[in-house]
Amino acid sequence: MDFKDSPEQAEFRAEIRCWLQSNARAKSASGGRKDQSEAYEDAKAWYKKVADAGYACLNWPKQYGGAGLTDIHKVIWSQEVSNYDEPDAYFVIGIGNCGPALMHFATEEQKQHLLPPMASAETVWCQMFSEPSAGSDVAGLRTTAVADGDKWLINGQKIWTSGAQHSDYGVILCRTDPTISKYRGMTMFFIDMRQAGVEVKPIKQMDGGSHFNEVFFNNAVIPDAYRLGDVGGGWGAALLVLMNERLAIAGVQPDGFPEFLSLVKTLHIDGEPISANPAVREHLAEWYYKHAGIKASTNRMLTAVAKGGMPGAEAALGKLVGAVMNQDIANYAIQLMGDTGSISEPEFAQQQAHFQKTVLFSPGIRLAGGTDEVMRNVIAEQVLGLPQEPRADKGLAFNEIPSGNQSR
Amino acid sequence: MNFDFSEDQKNIQEQARGMLAKECSSATVRRVIDKGEYYDNALWRQIVQLGWPATTIAEEHGGLGLSYLELCVIATELGRSLAPTPFIASVYLSTELIKTAASSQQQAEWLPSLACGDVISTVAVNGSPRDCLVKNMQISGNKSAVLHGMIANQVIVSATNERDELGLYLVNLGDSGVSRKVQNSLDPSLPRAELSFSNANVVALGGDISAEKALSVVFDRAAVLLAFEQVGGCEATIEMAKAYTSDRYAFGRQVASFQAIKHKLADMFVAKELAKSNAYYGAWALSADAPELALAAATARVSAIDAYYLCSKENIQAHGGMGFTWEFDCHLYYRRAQALSTLLGGNPYWKSLLVDRLLAA
Repeated sequence: MDFKDSPEQAEFRAEIRCWLQSNARAKSASGGRKDQSEAYEDAKAWYKKVADAGYACLNWPKQYGGAGLTDIHKVIWSQEVSNYDEPDAYFVIGIGNCGPALMHFATEEQKQHLLPPMASAETVWCQMFSEPSAGSDVAGLRTTAVADGDKWLINGQKIWTSGAQHSDYGVILCRTDPTISKYRGMTMFFIDMRQAGVEVKPIKQMDGGSHFNEVFFNNAVIPDAYRLGDVGGGWGAALLVLMNERLAIAGVQPDGFPEFLSLVKTLHIDGEPISANPAVREHLAEWYYKHAGIKASTNRMLTAVAKGGMPGAEAALGKLVGAVMNQDIANYAIQLMGDTGSISEPEFAQQQAHFQKTVLFSPGIRLAGGTDEVMRNVIAEQVLGLPQEPRADKGLAFNEIPSGNQSR
Repeated sequence: MNFDFSEDQKNIQEQARGMLAKECSSATVRRVIDKGEYYDNALWRQIVQLGWPATTIAEEHGGLGLSYLELCVIATELGRSLAPTPFIASVYLSTELIKTAASSQQQAEWLPSLACGDVISTVAVNGSPRDCLVKNMQISGNKSAVLHGMIANQVIVSATNERDELGLYLVNLGDSGVSRKVQNSLDPSLPRAELSFSNANVVALGGDISAEKALSVVFDRAAVLLAFEQVGGCEATIEMAKAYTSDRYAFGRQVASFQAIKHKLADMFVAKELAKSNAYYGAWALSADAPELALAAATARVSAIDAYYLCSKENIQAHGGMGFTWEFDCHLYYRRAQALSTLLGGNPYWKSLLVDRLLAA
């Protein structure tokens, strides 16, 4: 058991450290969150810089715009870049989820054409699975793809699509046969987000931001060449994409603890450091061991990955614990600030209003990418092997499944 | 990075699990509890034969000279099987205290008999420093809740001397100045005793380290080792809860198929997994003697105490009424969770240590 790099890894770490030192922006107290479009442009510029230096998608093959290195090199990169104020995880869904989908299912020609600009973020990708009536039950999706010669006609609506408003392409899961079991009647495609018949509408979230979108398809035509995998093989392809996501987001989920610790170190109550307050100490202890436990769990997972394994379903733990903790910490931090806690002006509030922003944004993180409840089901069924609940859709063709009167 | 145990260490763990599954069923634990036997001598002899108490003792002192990592995997299995032996008192606490605070001559004299199991040792280091006073190398006073105090051959006591200094002293429990009395406790498979000293002869531990420092070092090590025992216990309760709720039917279906039960078990798994990962980090810090050990040990301990309490209590809940019976084993784990949490000072004490160390880091 050790935390040492191999000589080769150490050399690589030293190399990127050196590069980052002269190319990445230092974390500064005056930084803070930027608005949506500014942050997006920032991220694109950063990725271009990284790609030009040959550090984009380190674990991808060279011919597809990667560096031909391993997952561990990617992890070393993430560790080092996290010391800087660069938006390195911005295109994590496109690169982490859509990339592997293309890698597995696209033709060689498509891969050479599409993957290199994805790696450098010159083209941006989004993933379209969720629908108004297919959230936790994502296999209940209704957007249809109907074959028409060597083309497909797409109709329907997706929702909660991260970054769709900035995307050039998207991976989309569609219903291709409603007369058979819901899991067998889906097919995966990719689609040009700028083409006719595709309309993106940003969702105004409860925090006022618009990270997520609705995407409408109205007779959007795509060639059969855009199909990823077999007709009817969509569910298997989706599971493969989501398995890759576990690796892509390993250690990325914020739990709020570092921000909380630095806040606590600055606050006083009746002239005493607030860290002497027993109630605050109780929270510090509990949140710290969870924070440390998530980090150590990620390291255990990465050790398994380094030995050639894939992250298992236990990776759900990081999001399940971290997302609600981030929310609870933000709430508690605001309480510690007293009357001024509700002031959300970045120029005034601690850490550029990090906690005020987080308390409003974090409810979404507990829902996105699998709700807390879905994560518990994943752990119970896939890790512990407990039986599924009896289901009302079992053995039925998709178009016979009771659906109530869901319009949204 | 290689944040895992080695294949050799995993083999040791597997062998330990196999042996304990055979020799330490819950019937063994129950026999000790029901008959008030304090420990299972046959199991202890077997553990001694396998050399487990000798794990971290240097070869020159009759030990195996292995690392703490080997002891961590053994601890997991002892915790899983609720082994009713003096392993915690004699190995994690006494042996480590002697290795840390005794002179090299004393170590050469005392460690071989601990390594081969001829001597069972315990510690009496809780309570007030003035519970026991040493004068002219004789000790008088009382110590309460001494782990395996009824069967140990010797005890290391923290006591105050004539100059009001805290020191560590070895007392032979066969000394005529010692009397001992069992104290009923929540977990009779880890029995406690009250020791009374009346001018009993002592030997002062003579290493170059203050008693306070030695205790702090040994408690940090023990915190990590106990965390592995607690994680082993958590894993056993999760397996029990899974087996019972999968076998039992209600409303025409497996109880384990109800989301209320699945989410309960998922929460148990999550708490256990955080504790396990924190224990792994503690094991690394312990084996590397890293400066991170102080914070890592406190983190592992608090995480493991919370996880074992959660797992052992929700295991009872998942078993329904049967979980509340003497006949089912759920209470054995619940009792053990309580007993382990109170050793070395309980959760509030360690949480406070954790925060002090976090703020100092």
